[in-house]
Amino acid sequence: MLSIKNLHAGVEEKEILKGLNLEVKAGEVHAIMGPNGAGKSSLASVLSGRQNYEVTEGSISLDGKDLLDMSPEDRAREGVFLAFQYPIEIPGVSNINFLKTAMNEIRKYKGLEAMTAKEFLALSKEKQKLVEFDAKLVNRSLNEGFSGGEKKRNEIFQLAMLEPKLSILDETDSGLDIDALRIVSRGVNKLRSKDNAFIIITHYQRLLDYIVPDFVHVLSDGKIVKTGGKELALELEERGYDWIKEETVS
Amino acid sequence: MENSTEYLEEIAGKEYEHGFVTDIEMDILPPGLNEDTIRFISKKKEEPEWLLEWRLKAFHAFEKMDLPGWQNFKMPDMNFQGISYYAAPSSKPKYDSLDQVDPELLATFEKLGIPLSEQKSLAGVAVDVVFDSVSVKTTYKEELNKLGIIFCSFGEAVKEHPELVKQYLGSVVPHSDNIFAALNAAVFSDGSFVYIPKGVRCPMELSTYFRINAQNTGQFERTLIVADKEAYVSYLEGCTAPMRDENQLHAAVVEIVVMDNAEVKYSTVQNWYPGDAEGKGGIYNFVTKRGICKGANAVLSWTQVETGSAITWKYPSVILQGDNSYGEFYSVAVTKGKQIADTGTKIYHLGANTRSRIISKGISAGNGQNSYRGLVQIGSKADNARNFTQCDSMLIGDRCGAHTFPYIESRNNTATLEHEATTSKIGEDQIFYLNARGIDTEKAVEMIVNGFAKEVLNKLPMEFAVEAQKLLAISLEGSVG
Ligand SMILES: Nc1ncnc2c1ncn2[C@@H]1O[C@H](COP(=O)(O)OP(=O)(O)OP(=O)(O)O)[C@@H](O)[C@H]1O
Ligand SMILES: [Mg+2]
Repeated sequence: MLSIKNLHAGVEEKEILKGLNLEVKAGEVHAIMGPNGAGKSSLASVLSGRQNYEVTEGSISLDGKDLLDMSPEDRAREGVFLAFQYPIEIPGVSNINFLKTAMNEIRKYKGLEAMTAKEFLALSKEKQKLVEFDAKLVNRSLNEGFSGGEKKRNEIFQLAMLEPKLSILDETDSGLDIDALRIVSRGVNKLRSKDNAFIIITHYQRLLDYIVPDFVHVLSDGKIVKTGGKELALELEERGYDWIKEETVS
Repeated sequence: MENSTEYLEEIAGKEYEHGFVTDIEMDILPPGLNEDTIRFISKKKEEPEWLLEWRLKAFHAFEKMDLPGWQNFKMPDMNFQGISYYAAPSSKPKYDSLDQVDPELLATFEKLGIPLSEQKSLAGVAVDVVFDSVSVKTTYKEELNKLGIIFCSFGEAVKEHPELVKQYLGSVVPHSDNIFAALNAAVFSDGSFVYIPKGVRCPMELSTYFRINAQNTGQFERTLIVADKEAYVSYLEGCTAPMRDENQLHAAVVEIVVMDNAEVKYSTVQNWYPGDAEGKGGIYNFVTKRGICKGANAVLSWTQVETGSAITWKYPSVILQGDNSYGEFYSVAVTKGKQIADTGTKIYHLGANTRSRIISKGISAGNGQNSYRGLVQIGSKADNARNFTQCDSMLIGDRCGAHTFPYIESRNNTATLEHEATTSKIGEDQIFYLNARGIDTEKAVEMIVNGFAKEVLNKLPMEFAVEAQKLLAISLEGSVG
């Protein structure tokens, strides 16, 4: 589904991603771990098309289409979804109207009719239940005054509504209480299918107890330096990252 | 890939959509202003002697007055002698039925989305239309008459209800108020008059639509609204003008009188031609609007959406004379290109337990400059007066400016005054967040701006809220990147 080859990208003059390779197939869940400042969020930003990142080398394709050629909105319409590490507040824009606009823009791109208010409402009810999202938050202004955890849960609610092909969760677990973590994970597990894929960026092995990944990658200094199965996360939890750095140097 | 800064730039250069000119035969007075001009207008309008005297008095005051100097922009050169003070469609001075209205004129209003035939007009909205200087057509008159509601052109009111006009004209905005008010009093051409009798709730929105068409003319209309005890009315004014290279002056006066337990809602959607991207042309909008809550428990509410004009200079005010009376001012002002808005309100708390609320939202893009200027005055008898003021500014791009000038004068220490102010920038972060959900930048800006202005837009009569939202979006189209 997603194929990243020799990706070099940076901000202004600073190179942050330094030759990154990653293949994600439909149905898979990939976890990406790594020290602070390694470039995990930068990877997420480059995938979703944030403007201040410049790609200097390499390619990204999604189901054969060149992603780098597309605007951020077109990437979203093609099915790339980024659950932000720091979701943005937009005062006065109701959460639900925002989602309805997003949904219908994506449908328009795919040549589908806009959803009727009734259909949309029904879907929203269903998904609220699926990810146990508080109905009160649905009608409030988008993320405005939401607690840190509520913002994260709103990202997952949006994910559930938009049903993307490729979801990138950037530290969705940080800021969630233990119950919320379980609820969000359960939601993600229900949304997993053979047709979609997840990239889960996290610092904590605990999340991966709930959402069991097929692969765990270590991103360090702009590159993926180690790949393993679920057990790699456990090892990282125990030993930290230094041993990998040494391993790669030697 | 278009980036959001480029898009923001583009919005700032967006063209004005109502800029067409209607080709109609006009009676136009040559430019110039002296006593004869005023006599001419008064005669043309077949006015009684007392009104001519009133005009002349205002004119003599005008001659001695100076342009104000306190505003937050350089006052342009106002060549009062270079303006024509009377222009009217020449085919017929007064229209009794639609058949007598020039078809070109009808077409103009259709084009603006304001059909004048009652079958076609907006359901539940009565419209008075002022084209250059003359009121063209008032719809739903009969129906309103049955309730004793008077809704007609100012000229007609002078003829048919002279006692009411005489009683209230100039009672809220005296000609001595400022030079533009004095000029208006001297040369006002037409406008709307509304009287709602005691205990009557006006069952439909009343609306006046102003259109400047002729070249080199000014528009000086006057609106007078009187709501008797326990009456209610919601009134809306809208306006557009063609694109012209020279600046045209619009100096209107609105006076509102609200008696005991009565309520008036006055909404404005101002979309005069703003000038081009370089600041050439555009309307100078120097307007004096004031209402008085004369009786106890009276309510006056101003709502304005200001997107047009090269310069907007207006401060719709409320005098809270009756005890327990309430005044509010809700405003969104957009400036882009080289537009300037210096707008706000003045609230005078005179009676006891009077309350007021001010919500001002300024949006600036391009090189636009937006100032909020407000005065809250608490008189010595206004025990327990309360005011809440909130001024929010949104900046799009980094060449525009937002300024706030809140003034408070209190002569009573039982007053409670609250003031909040924020300034935000439409962030690339906000736009990107929406982009990342499949929403393009243009729509993202529209959503963010409408979200920002929501509290004010929600105050508009429902029939116009959607229009106003679109107008905000259109007026900013191309400003964001
Ligand atoms: N706009 C920017 N300008 C300059 N440097 C930046 C910018 N954005 C990111 N960086 C730098 O790029 C590096 C990678 O940042 P990134 O946010 O991708 O790290 P991360 O792996 O997500 O870290 P964390 O685990 O702390 O979230 C950091 O050194 C960061 O300071
Ligand atoms: Mg990060």
